[in-house]
Amino acid sequence: MAWEAVIGLECHVQLKTRTKMFCGCPNRFGAEPNANVCPVCLGLPGALPRTNERALEYALRLGAALACEIAGESVFARKNYFYPDMPKNYQVSQYDRPLCVGGSLPIAVDGERHAVPLTRIHCEEDAGKSFHPERHGDRRLSRVDFNRAGVPLLELVTEPALRSPEACAAFLHALRRLVRWLGISDGDMEKGQLRCDANVSLRPAGATTLGTKTELKNLNTIKGVERGVAAEIERQRQLLAAGGRVTQATLLFDADRDRLAVMRSKEHAHDYRYFPEPDLPVLRASEARVAAVRAASPELPWAREARLRETFALPAYDAAVLTESRELSDYFEACVPSGHAKLASNWLMTEVLRVLKERDWSISDWSERVPAARFRGFLAKVAARELPGPVAKQVFSWLADEPGDAGALLERHGVKVASGEETLRPLVRAVIDEHPGPVAQVLAGEERTFGFLVGQVMKKSGGQAVPQEVQRLLREELAARARS
Amino acid sequence: MSATATWQRPARAIAADVRAGRLAPGDAAESGFDGPGARWEHDVHATLSTDAAARSRAAAKAPKEGRLAGVPVLLKDNLCTLDHPTTCGSRILGSWRSPYDATVVRRLREAGAVIVGKGNMDEFAMGSSTEFSAFGPTRNPFDLARVPGGSSGGPAAAVAYGLVPLALGSDTGGSVRQPAAFCGVLGLKPTYGRLSRYGLVAFGSSLDQVGIFARHVGDVAEAYVVLAGADPFDASMREGPAPDVSAWDAGVAGLRFGWPSNLWKDGVDEAIVDALERAAGALERAGATRVPFEFLPGAFSVATYYLLATAEASSNLARFDGVRYGHRAAADELSALYARTRGEGFGPEVRRRILLGTYALSAGYHDQFYAKAQRARTRIAREYAEAFARCDLLLMPTTPTPPFKLGEKTDDPLAMYLSDVFTIGANLAGIPGLSVPMGLASGLPVGVQLLGPADAEPVLLRAARALEAEGRVGDIPTGYEWEFTWPGKR
Repeated sequence: MAWEAVIGLECHVQLKTRTKMFCGCPNRFGAEPNANVCPVCLGLPGALPRTNERALEYALRLGAALACEIAGESVFARKNYFYPDMPKNYQVSQYDRPLCVGGSLPIAVDGERHAVPLTRIHCEEDAGKSFHPERHGDRRLSRVDFNRAGVPLLELVTEPALRSPEACAAFLHALRRLVRWLGISDGDMEKGQLRCDANVSLRPAGATTLGTKTELKNLNTIKGVERGVAAEIERQRQLLAAGGRVTQATLLFDADRDRLAVMRSKEHAHDYRYFPEPDLPVLRASEARVAAVRAASPELPWAREARLRETFALPAYDAAVLTESRELSDYFEACVPSGHAKLASNWLMTEVLRVLKERDWSISDWSERVPAARFRGFLAKVAARELPGPVAKQVFSWLADEPGDAGALLERHGVKVASGEETLRPLVRAVIDEHPGPVAQVLAGEERTFGFLVGQVMKKSGGQAVPQEVQRLLREELAARARS
Repeated sequence: MSATATWQRPARAIAADVRAGRLAPGDAAESGFDGPGARWEHDVHATLSTDAAARSRAAAKAPKEGRLAGVPVLLKDNLCTLDHPTTCGSRILGSWRSPYDATVVRRLREAGAVIVGKGNMDEFAMGSSTEFSAFGPTRNPFDLARVPGGSSGGPAAAVAYGLVPLALGSDTGGSVRQPAAFCGVLGLKPTYGRLSRYGLVAFGSSLDQVGIFARHVGDVAEAYVVLAGADPFDASMREGPAPDVSAWDAGVAGLRFGWPSNLWKDGVDEAIVDALERAAGALERAGATRVPFEFLPGAFSVATYYLLATAEASSNLARFDGVRYGHRAAADELSALYARTRGEGFGPEVRRRILLGTYALSAGYHDQFYAKAQRARTRIAREYAEAFARCDLLLMPTTPTPPFKLGEKTDDPLAMYLSDVFTIGANLAGIPGLSVPMGLASGLPVGVQLLGPADAEPVLLRAARALEAEGRVGDIPTGYEWEFTWPGKR
């Protein structure tokens, strides 16, 4: 029997607000353990939460970007369960009245575009981090770092609308790009800024009812999500093929061993005893405010990606790479010389991105040194064939470290560009004179040898000639020889 | 008045003397602990921690210009303080010290008050007699065989026997008003959201309010001015400025007070009915009008209250788990650590309420209990609103009976819960309530309760002042003098 996988994702996005969700402690990754804590995020007796306005703003931005329905009034609720890294033994979250309902995130799988429908997005607080038993003499000690406790989180839940591990990876990739695009999270999965659980079930292809699902946790990278979901689909497929049944459970994915382990079965499911958080008022987002956030929503990555394909006639691959970040695509648009989008795209994707990687720079580090207008000037010269390939590369290598346009840079470094007929024609004639054999071959129709002659002229010019110009002159001179 | 009786004077008189330089800021605070004060405290056990060094440091730092300059104040031990332990009357907090002052405590200090220590209470404010304190009960200064009420029994008794002119408690279902009635003092539960809860260890967050004990109406008003008003650290506060109570002595001419006498037709002690009649008469003589009507918000309010308060408490008290602070039981795995720490640390009443609340919120019961109680609460609040469409305030009992004996109700939780019937409505509706002493009956204090709509504190204080002017409030009650052999002596 053919099976169809049905997958829903629950993603957690850490917001990069300056302070935590319900107190004024710094929201910063990598501080000394328990350095960023106060009575509120430690859950000390008597302490009360107060909502971070900026976190709400960020949540609204995401809701607007995903075309969610945004509730004018949403309600914080307490999710009660005991765990040592949860200071109050309840998490302030949202339950039956979340901030955002519906909406969708566009993704592309194998070149095909889908909009993945969302169930909801809600605001909540993160928990601390446990470090599990370590030996201290004859005792085993667990330690907890509460720096992360109270960091603002958005939980985003999809409908069970994904059908493959690849689609899950594409979804996470698109979500990560979006949250970075909106400036609300760094989305770094390795730092836990973006986390994902997956609900996986199988059903006979074509069926409309859902099978029994399992929940996968600990999917800490996009690759991990893809591999974990694939492993679980395969496990369920084998189980069902052998006539077995899937039992509802929570599984942990061990990325090192590519294996799944049962964390808890259905009988041990939590009863979270949700109820409205009495310490916080209803979370209000006025119509005017929501309208303002929607109006201020930037062009979104998938829209810009489409525009780069359509308006700039870029290949899909280029458009995807250039819209990986908003800064990169902004830079791209600002540096394209009229009519030469593909040229600009090539230079950005190969040369600029290589430099960023080598120097561990962001695109803004680059654009501080090479403002888009300056780079556009450079690209315009390349497009006008004023800078032959090797010279262009040389000029490019100076751009980030020295001031000035291409002309000034060449002058400073004493490089002359051999262009123009007056300089090149003598070189072409000399090469023809020096290589009678190959010339005869070309004249006899051996086109391959033409390249050799071009190479010889380039060599003579010290690599500074524009190849297209050399070819043109060489054709002219050879034609003249043939007539003579 | 002798010099040792400084503390017996109204808070406002003490503050005026300190401001004028006639009295050193620490003097009033110290006088309560000298000589006879120690004997009273020995028998009543109103305080859990007092610290002479902390007092003198506080007195030295207290601004001498403040509204409460040099006024000694006792705090219920669920208000977080830097300079005293905060135990909530429980063993589970161990030797925990708060790293911060509650907002109301900070405001008292800024106004020049001297915190003299922490008052006894039912564990986590759960109880109506202060018998559920892990550190032993407080006794009623008027009869040591009787309870002072609760859960703020310590602060109420301390104001009654005279340790301090002013004390703070907390009122979740009557925990300020009921002990005030039992101890013959004034007890105000303000409108929900008028006094910051930041630093008040939560019991039922949507019901809790910090409350004020005093022997003089003017002192209640003075404390209210200092304490009420917005606090960015408490998001559940009411918007806008707190009501102006400066006209607390403006009289009651033209006020209409509701007279829901159906409430005391059955099951209310004669002495209390008599006190209500006397209060009504006094208000009428002062120019107010009695508006008799039937009022029945009590029918399901006890059930509603005990579902909501325990549900919130079960969550609020989850943090006491031995992981970060307080008592920690020896255990070699996590669930045993939780179970033993909480089993050892919490007393029987707290355990009972955590179980009740957990049950009320559990899957399968949530709608039947918690959700239904929420709907009932909305209806109760509406019934109060409808009553206040017909009058400016309600006059009704604070308690059905005078103070009961120690041990009389500890084995019958339901009887204890039912004695809250007149006070819990104000918490469910979020409205202010003030218990006013009406003298003694058979040697025991009796009080009556004034309730008003949200922000009606000025009206309640004016009515209480009218009763005070009748000679019923503010005097040290009958037989209650400093140098005396008090009748309560066993």
